[in-house]
Amino acid sequence: MAKRNSSNKRKTVSYEKYGYLFILPFFLVYFIFQLYPLINTFYWSAFSYQKRNLKETIAFCGLDNFKMLLGLMEGETPYFLLYLKNTLIMWIGGFIPQILLSLLLAAWLTNEQVKVRGRGAIKIMTYMPNIITAASISVLFASLFSQYGPITMLLKKIGILSADYNFFDYVGTTRGLISFILFWMWYGNTTLILIAGMMGINPSLYEAAEIDGANGAQTFFKITLPLLKPILLFTLVTSAVGGIQMYDIPSLFNVNGSSMSGGPADSTTTMSMYIMRLYNTDVGRAAAISVMMFIITLIISICLFVSMGDKDEKLAEKQIRKQQREYRRQQKALKGGN
Amino acid sequence: MARIAKSIDDKSYHRRMLIERTLKELVCILLCIISLLPFIILFVNATRTSEAIKAGISLLPGGNLAANWANFMDKQNGMQLTVFHAMLNSFMIAVPATILTVYFSTLTAYGIQIYDFKLKKAAWAFIMAVMIVPNTISIIGFYRFMLKLHLTDTYIPLIIPAIAAPSTIFFMRQYMQSTFSKELVEAARIDGSGEFKTFNRIALPIMKPAIATQAIFCFVASWNNLFMPNMILTTDAKKTLPLFVQMLRSDQFKTDYGVLYIGIAVTILPIFVVYFILSKYIVAGVALGGVKE
Repeated sequence: MAKRNSSNKRKTVSYEKYGYLFILPFFLVYFIFQLYPLINTFYWSAFSYQKRNLKETIAFCGLDNFKMLLGLMEGETPYFLLYLKNTLIMWIGGFIPQILLSLLLAAWLTNEQVKVRGRGAIKIMTYMPNIITAASISVLFASLFSQYGPITMLLKKIGILSADYNFFDYVGTTRGLISFILFWMWYGNTTLILIAGMMGINPSLYEAAEIDGANGAQTFFKITLPLLKPILLFTLVTSAVGGIQMYDIPSLFNVNGSSMSGGPADSTTTMSMYIMRLYNTDVGRAAAISVMMFIITLIISICLFVSMGDKDEKLAEKQIRKQQREYRRQQKALKGGN
Repeated sequence: MARIAKSIDDKSYHRRMLIERTLKELVCILLCIISLLPFIILFVNATRTSEAIKAGISLLPGGNLAANWANFMDKQNGMQLTVFHAMLNSFMIAVPATILTVYFSTLTAYGIQIYDFKLKKAAWAFIMAVMIVPNTISIIGFYRFMLKLHLTDTYIPLIIPAIAAPSTIFFMRQYMQSTFSKELVEAARIDGSGEFKTFNRIALPIMKPAIATQAIFCFVASWNNLFMPNMILTTDAKKTLPLFVQMLRSDQFKTDYGVLYIGIAVTILPIFVVYFILSKYIVAGVALGGVKE
């Protein structure tokens, strides 16, 4: 670089160094506060850590932390798998209704034939829960659905629930409520993203479909959905990566004090809550959880890129082949007709 | 559209459209109610007595707001952390974190957008690649590192890392590509403006709309953050608003429903109000940052 700057052949001033200078703060901070800690986390995952009376004992233990967490060691409960299962169940329970409702709502709000009034207000209202402090929302829902909470009492009065019913006593209802909160918080956000995606679709495609006599459902399944695929995949991946880290809602919903154990019977404890439980007392194991979460995130991201690049190309190829076949058939028919 | 409607030109078509629209609007109204209802119950219950709340649900406010408020403030008397103190703490973290995020993200995006250098492509690829890696994953290493530097229980670990925000950089570059031309920079150079001055005086003002949008989201994210402060902050007096919410679950508050609801209401109110003032921009921002989060 220095050579090039000093060479006389180059007349213009080189601004190359400013490029480096401008991006330097980001990289410096990223390496120090993100990348180094990530490596540090991997390092810690290979150590067993004990703290007794403020005295730390640290010893290398290889993959023992992972083996313990996955239940590969005798007498150890596979906590990681249990909490991974909890997290996944609650995430899926929230994501499936979320994506379905968002698709429907986005299709409605972008439909030019049947113009729903008050679109702006609908967007504002449905997005609102997403921006409110999740901790407050969790505590609010916990009190609304507690044994003597307003909504529980209402359901009891109507006669849907028996007098001593408690949502928090059952695995299904506690998980279901957490899924519902996640769905309720996020479908507005997904709707806005899908609307942006739908607006980006060439309107002439819809006009052509209309002239060909396609109905609403056909237009949706044959045009909107296929063209929306990249955005749908993106939504799936970001939601999954966020879901794996699920913490705010379950950590305040049905837990005792700061035990970081989601009731009933540990059935709503997530991986992040487990990290929070261990970060001070069993660093090695907490680090091992982080590493496994990292690997899961990595796998999800790789799946995204692979499916995005590959499938679209394959789809396009298929389409072209189909068109060629159609063309040939038409040609044949024409010839036959002649 | 109008052409086709005319060609069909019968009343049944219009009626069908009208019915469809009404049905859709009804569903949308229902969804809006579901979004708002928990908050309505919350604010209504904040004005009712504990006994009234236990007796059943109501959509009409009671007359116990002042008493609940007094009780709520009373219960915080012995505590190191009051709700206003917690808000101030959150503010003290969220404001500098937001400023650092938007300034340095714009700077980084500008550096990559305007200058040509050897590692430009590699740098951009790196930013794109790490965009999806969440902070939680390096948290243990981060915490041990902060322990070593004696930075736990300070605000530094919650503020300084905000300089590196890959998704904000991504958003800023997208915006720059559509609104900012290199010629502007060249013109400034001819006028003798230094590179940093050009950025601060010319680029930043042009980027204002994007900066405002991103600032809102960064502020909200920092304000709502529960996981990191929970790990880093140990002294009660330093804790943030979400950590105060955590305390609301203790028996001290939980036993009196009126107090509990007014407590939750106070923690929600600031963002609730700000949201309805800025909702137009926020909703537009979510759509713009579609390839974000």
